[in-house]
Amino acid sequence: MAVLRPFSKLPELNSAVLLLVGSEGDFQQKLAEAILQEKKDFTVNVHIATSLPLPSERDHLRPQIDMIVFMIDIKNKYSLKNVEDSLAYVDAKFFLGKVCFLVTGVGRVNCCSVDMNAVWKLGENYCSPVLFCELELEGTRVATAQRLLRMLQICAGYVPGVSALYFSTLMTTFSS
Amino acid sequence: MESAADGPAQPRPSTGRPSWGLPFGRARRRSALSPSSRLPPAPRRTQVKAGAAEVAEDTQRTAFLLRKQWTLYSVTPLYRFSEAHLRDYSRLLSAFVAAEKKKGLAVEIGGELDIKVSVTSLPDLKGSDRDQAAILVQLSSRSSASPKNSEEKVIWSGWFCCVAGDELSENLPEAFTCLPLFLVNGAESNTAIVGTWFQKTFDCCFRRLSLSPFNLSWMAAMWTGCKVDKPASATELVFSVPRLPHPLHISYAINLEDAQALWATIQKTPGEITQEEVDVFMDCLYSHFYRHFKIHLSATKLVKVSTAVASAHCDGIIKFRQSQYLTGVLMLLTELAICQIQ
Repeated sequence: MAVLRPFSKLPELNSAVLLLVGSEGDFQQKLAEAILQEKKDFTVNVHIATSLPLPSERDHLRPQIDMIVFMIDIKNKYSLKNVEDSLAYVDAKFFLGKVCFLVTGVGRVNCCSVDMNAVWKLGENYCSPVLFCELELEGTRVATAQRLLRMLQICAGYVPGVSALYFSTLMTTFSS
Repeated sequence: MESAADGPAQPRPSTGRPSWGLPFGRARRRSALSPSSRLPPAPRRTQVKAGAAEVAEDTQRTAFLLRKQWTLYSVTPLYRFSEAHLRDYSRLLSAFVAAEKKKGLAVEIGGELDIKVSVTSLPDLKGSDRDQAAILVQLSSRSSASPKNSEEKVIWSGWFCCVAGDELSENLPEAFTCLPLFLVNGAESNTAIVGTWFQKTFDCCFRRLSLSPFNLSWMAAMWTGCKVDKPASATELVFSVPRLPHPLHISYAINLEDAQALWATIQKTPGEITQEEVDVFMDCLYSHFYRHFKIHLSATKLVKVSTAVASAHCDGIIKFRQSQYLTGVLMLLTELAICQIQ
């Protein structure tokens, strides 16, 4: 089963699984560590992949994935292409708030190789929020980890009364 | 949290402020360069056009601009700058330069260099009549050891220019002059002195203009499409590979005819370039390289673009090669400088 489906497996008790997909090795690791270091009252498992589809050999060992974060580095045009190719292996039901695009490296605007219009369009086409962050700095990395953890908590259903569908409010553009 | 259970159709907060607080969400302009464009219609630019044939005598005057390395700065509008007072500005600036040079120095024995400053106007370098004419500042030295020999050597040149800068100049109050691009050739110490004087006198701000790989890929595509007469050099792209223990630079040179043939198949409307065409052009080059060397150039950083028209480095260094395309290249650079100011 190459395509990732959101509800194909049984969830574990009091745990949530986050999948980080991106071609940027170092910072994925650091972000995962920052997420795991946050204080939370449920177990978090972070899975890291460079691209989809995930290898099918270990498919039976993998738990149900609650949220997918696609990481795009603005200094690296290849990461955008990688993400675009990986999106084909995600089931449509994931895009009801369980997917988010994380654009990293925004501190260095002078090294921007990626067309920002293309990133915005990607977010619009897939109805998913686009978040910006800078993973080189400790402070913003921790802030991003907290934000993703909160989103994961909602996606896994641990916040009563709020479902992942509300993330459409994160996509609102406050255009003047 | 009673209100959250109302359903997904909640009234959205209508603040005018973007929620990310990062440079990307702030500006709303249609420019293709700033990452802050927010889903406008696909950005397009007009192809760099060769200057008309009757500017033959102008090429004489601007010939000194070619084949020199110019460092780029963006300048905020100058307050109370007037073209009528250029001679006064030269005198004031030369006094300032002399004072700065003598500061803290013992008097040298055996010929102190006198520095002469000239501030002149270059009326040819502008896009339309609405633009301000370019201003050239030159520092030339004359060795006082041989006073009979009045030959002066230009040691430093800097010029302000504005080509098609309507976006900035139309909203300016009266007292401001819009000359957003500043190009420098010469020693950094002189640049600092002249820059300080301009900043103090006209209340402007100079900032180094660096060219992102995104902008450089636009330049590569735009300048490849330009027709050049003489047998010209190949189009060369230099990439820098990040995060390696030893810095690695990859240089990719393409025969000019081949690059032009490729661009001719991609460009649909002559005279206009869109973002998709630039992307397709660069993707073709990258996939060709990948087929031979199995290296994804799109994962590296494009550092330098060198074509027959001009060559540009990401640190903000430019070299003009063809005088007929000078105005076109300056138009693009002015657009980038205005982006950086705003």
